[in-house]
Amino acid sequence: MLTPSHFTAVLLFATFTSVVFGITQRSTTRAMVRYGLYCWVLFVGSVIAASWLMWLIRR
Amino acid sequence: MASKAQTPAQSQTHGFVYSALILGWLVPGAGHLLTRHWVRALLLFAAITAMFSLGIAMQAKVYAPNTGDPLDMLGFAGDLGTGLLYGIARVFSLGQSTVQLVTADYGTKFVVVAGLLNFVAAVDAHNLRIGRKV
Repeated sequence: MLTPSHFTAVLLFATFTSVVFGITQRSTTRAMVRYGLYCWVLFVGSVIAASWLMWLIRR
Repeated sequence: MASKAQTPAQSQTHGFVYSALILGWLVPGAGHLLTRHWVRALLLFAAITAMFSLGIAMQAKVYAPNTGDPLDMLGFAGDLGTGLLYGIARVFSLGQSTVQLVTADYGTKFVVVAGLLNFVAAVDAHNLRIGRKV
């Protein structure tokens, strides 16, 4: 049974989802890569930001 | 005065128009394979299948057809998006009927989202087939 940490699950989720978003939402290879990276940074960045926010609320 | 409205490029589609849509739904990336976008097909297959497989490995709940809780019905609709992968999971009783661990909850979301992403990929393959996208 696979038991990844929450952050590992986030990284996996962001990677696979960004690949599909990049390919399906843009037409050129360059635009696909850029949009895929943009989505990945937004996914992971928003999780890190939300985590820090929750840490601050808890203190 | 000439119109400035842009019309999508029309391609010559031979055979059944919805073949890429249906094939793409049944097997992730197969719709793109039909439209001869090899790399896109391979990446889509790898991403969606890996997401589904990791979800199952995390003891995901695989939704069965139901008419109870609306969230369970939506979960089934999402799972159904994985096409034949969902059929394989049901036939071989992969996954769990209830979520018992935190990682199983992650896995359940992985499987549902893999299905939803496959719907998006299948529609993209259809747009490539009919020439709406290049």
